[in-house]
Amino acid sequence: MATQHSRTAARLMISPAVILLFLWMIVPLAMTLYFSFLRYNLLMPGMEEWAGFSNYRYFLTDPAFFTALRNTLVLVAGVLMITVTGGVLLALLLDQPMWGQGIVRILVIAPFFVMPTVSALVWTNMFMNPVNGLFAHAAKAMGLQPYDFLAQSPLLSITLIVAWQWLPFATLILLTALQSLDREQMEAAAMDGAGPLSRFIYITVPHLTRSITVVILIQTIFLLSVFAEILVTTNGGPGTASTTLTYLVYVQSMLQFDVGGGAAGGIVAVILANIVAIFLMRMIGRNLDA
Amino acid sequence: MTLTLRALLGASVAAGLSTAALAETITIATVNNGDMIRMQGLTSEFTAANPGITVEWVTLEENVLRQKVTTDIATKGGQFDIMTIGTYEVPIWGKQGWLVSLNDLPAEYDIDDLLPAIRGGLTVDGNLYAAPFYGESSMVMYRTDLMEKAGLTMPEAPTWADIKAAAAAMTDKENEVYGICLRGKAGWGENMAFLTAMSNSYGARWFDMDWKPQFDGAAWKATLTDYLDMMNNYGPPGASNNGFNENLALFQQGKCGMWIDATVAASFVTGADSTVADKVGFALAPDNGLGRRSNWLWAWSLAIPAGTQKEASAKKFVEWATSKAYLELVASKEGWANVPPGTRTSLYENPEYAKIPFAKMTLDSINSADPTNPAVDPVPYVGVQFVAIPEFQGLATAVGQQFSAALAGTTTLEDALKNAQDLATREMTKAGYIK
Amino acid sequence: MPDMTRKTTSARKATVTALAWTVGFLIFFPVLWTILTSFKTEGEAIAAPPSFLFFDWTVENYLTVNERSDYPRHFWNSVVISVGSTLLGVLIAIPAAWSLAFVPGRRTRDVLMWMLSTKMMPAVGVLVPMYLIFRDTGLLDTKTGLVGVLTLVNLPIIVWMLYTYFKEIPAEILEAARMDGASLRSEITYVLAPMAVPGIASTILLNIILAWNEAFWTLNLAAAKAAPLTAFIASYSSPEGLFYAKLSAASTMAIAPILILGWFSQKQLVRGLTFGAVK
Repeated sequence: MATQHSRTAARLMISPAVILLFLWMIVPLAMTLYFSFLRYNLLMPGMEEWAGFSNYRYFLTDPAFFTALRNTLVLVAGVLMITVTGGVLLALLLDQPMWGQGIVRILVIAPFFVMPTVSALVWTNMFMNPVNGLFAHAAKAMGLQPYDFLAQSPLLSITLIVAWQWLPFATLILLTALQSLDREQMEAAAMDGAGPLSRFIYITVPHLTRSITVVILIQTIFLLSVFAEILVTTNGGPGTASTTLTYLVYVQSMLQFDVGGGAAGGIVAVILANIVAIFLMRMIGRNLDA
Repeated sequence: MTLTLRALLGASVAAGLSTAALAETITIATVNNGDMIRMQGLTSEFTAANPGITVEWVTLEENVLRQKVTTDIATKGGQFDIMTIGTYEVPIWGKQGWLVSLNDLPAEYDIDDLLPAIRGGLTVDGNLYAAPFYGESSMVMYRTDLMEKAGLTMPEAPTWADIKAAAAAMTDKENEVYGICLRGKAGWGENMAFLTAMSNSYGARWFDMDWKPQFDGAAWKATLTDYLDMMNNYGPPGASNNGFNENLALFQQGKCGMWIDATVAASFVTGADSTVADKVGFALAPDNGLGRRSNWLWAWSLAIPAGTQKEASAKKFVEWATSKAYLELVASKEGWANVPPGTRTSLYENPEYAKIPFAKMTLDSINSADPTNPAVDPVPYVGVQFVAIPEFQGLATAVGQQFSAALAGTTTLEDALKNAQDLATREMTKAGYIK
Repeated sequence: MPDMTRKTTSARKATVTALAWTVGFLIFFPVLWTILTSFKTEGEAIAAPPSFLFFDWTVENYLTVNERSDYPRHFWNSVVISVGSTLLGVLIAIPAAWSLAFVPGRRTRDVLMWMLSTKMMPAVGVLVPMYLIFRDTGLLDTKTGLVGVLTLVNLPIIVWMLYTYFKEIPAEILEAARMDGASLRSEITYVLAPMAVPGIASTILLNIILAWNEAFWTLNLAAAKAAPLTAFIASYSSPEGLFYAKLSAASTMAIAPILILGWFSQKQLVRGLTFGAVK
């Protein structure tokens, strides 16, 4: 159907979006790239000088760098695992006939509407706090020693908080997919004597693959930049136990006001994010087009 | 152009100017602490006295605020006409020429009335670059009933040995009473403010005169050993995430025997929300007999960024909010206990204010801090619980993470100190202090 | 047969209902707890053991928050910024998504993925450049500036969502319209858009939510006049002194509008939230 005429029209129509996004990408990126080669601290203006690759050297040899890299991957993978598994289970549950389905659905999607800062504050102070938190009260009521979540397993705690926020998103998408599942096919399989488990494995799972792919793709993009949750809960600690790449860049640029170092960190993060992206697209993109 | 026309034009320009002056709005960035909230609430008093000026408030949590005002002033963004900043920023920003000098405040403002220690911290090369809104030091707050029960008395100027003995005697974990609550949350303004001040009394310092980090010395090791020892044996659970607020909540619920922290906490622990309001005693921050106590010095202050178009109006506000009259205004509305403390000598000479139980201890604590000479040994920097160099925030936060991890038990004391030394050496080399 | 299965599931339905309500309640609980805490006094908010319902309910925190902050202004700024950026984004994205969906080329997928990848730049790393640009263009602390930034931040998601909806629309219908002599514009306005309404609706909803909760750019590029609810919250998190109850009240006020919008429109949101994953 694509005539020469519509091709030109298409180019014209896509160009505003492409040009805008290109500018949005290239202008800050170019400035960041430029700053990353400068010795430039916001608090010491007038001292800017060419620094060569020293900002990169310092960022890459930062003792926290590899921990941060690992933490980023663990956090993203952890949240994805919880939300996808939890999302599938929840979607299966919500897809069953029940009373008050609408209300349950409302309850389940609520966390998605909560600002990240708010949810981090609420979780840290009112739930995970080992003295005043609800979990501590519950533990004490059962005669157990309260567990100090943020000190003993900081990354896991943050993973749980972030997963709570994203679980509704995964659930909704997977639920929508489940509802489009062919009932007749299910019933036919049931009559052929397929048990619930084999129906799940052979019919439901393949049907959900594409939705899971979408969930993973969208969430990864947002999870790579998770930041407020770390700042509010642990400040990246104890030590560097919950420092991610984004947080490390934040420390450089907003605590030390080292624009040069922060810029170098930003460029490194962009490169790594794009490696993850390419990897993801290779894995997932095929699945999406199919 | 005829004369009349010219006169008319001139008149209209003048009219335009005066309406502009009438509508002048100053934007003030401030921290969401109680005293500032009160100031915000009293804005109408200021605008009533200064009809030409309206005030726009930007009230933010401390870290967000610092990040915003620093970005703005360093890039000359011009979003604020008055900024609330601390004794850490003033020397750095003043040296850059980013702030308007307040030396020309009128005589009735009485600059000489400002507490010398506080004023000194806000002055660079003879210029007062920020007017102190409230000042604080740190001191020991303790439970008089628990001390009595343990058969101990708290000296007015205790040593660390006294504190340790008292912490041991008051601890009753069965009943959730912890002998001592101290900051453990990582951050340059959190655990490192406390630990740096504590280390001063142990004879430690951040850097020697050649800017060489000193975490590999015996003094820091002694500081951290005692800190960990006290917190592990007598401290509350989860201490590595406790900052000012967390400890305040614990103390107010009667879960701490002692708490060493900011003097402004005194009005909270004796206030309405506290379950132990009538059982709190105060003492100077402890020492080790080395000539330095472990108290810090901080003043939240109002500063005007250089380059603002509204300097005159901004100055009027700064003058109003940090004046003697403002103290009286707050006292008349909310009582003397709620006056912003720690800035003016005259306040402490006021017999009404002297009745406040923590007034004298606050003044003594502030007066015993010396930002220009904080450690036992000489140092190349200014600041009691901080080092007034731009690199400090990031560096001290990273070091704070290490000490916080040691408190959480995820790293050892030796490793924490070694990592701190490595981090500091790296940072100082990168910044060019160590050639 | 199907009728029989339905009957036997009555007990099952009860079990499922109980289970689902429990899980739903647990997931919702933190939000509920925040709302409850907002009606306590500061003292009660940290009391041990905590009381769930039997405390002295008070609206004092809401009064305090209202007195201290200009909530209506923050609210209005949030509305303008999130709705404005979403609508502007949709306007730019519709033609783009149309070309991607109906005039696919070799690079379609690359273009889409490239667009998404622009979202991967860590915002903190480019704050200073952005601040300088905003300063020089006079956009600091303006709603216009924030609408612009959030449009760009969310544009990739909008394009992608719309693309997936458009792709589901059979090309034959458009061709038929074209045969009838419809211009490109009327083709989009009268044929494509109506068919994609559920998709567009859920795109708009999702992006309003994302923009409403965006807390980095909104917090850093606005100070007073344009500051939305994210800045409002930042003035209640961890001040000196007890703050759980006031924070809870402020949080409730900040999330309530979007929560209510979300609840009322959840059908539309769910219907369209497929990202092309359902064939």
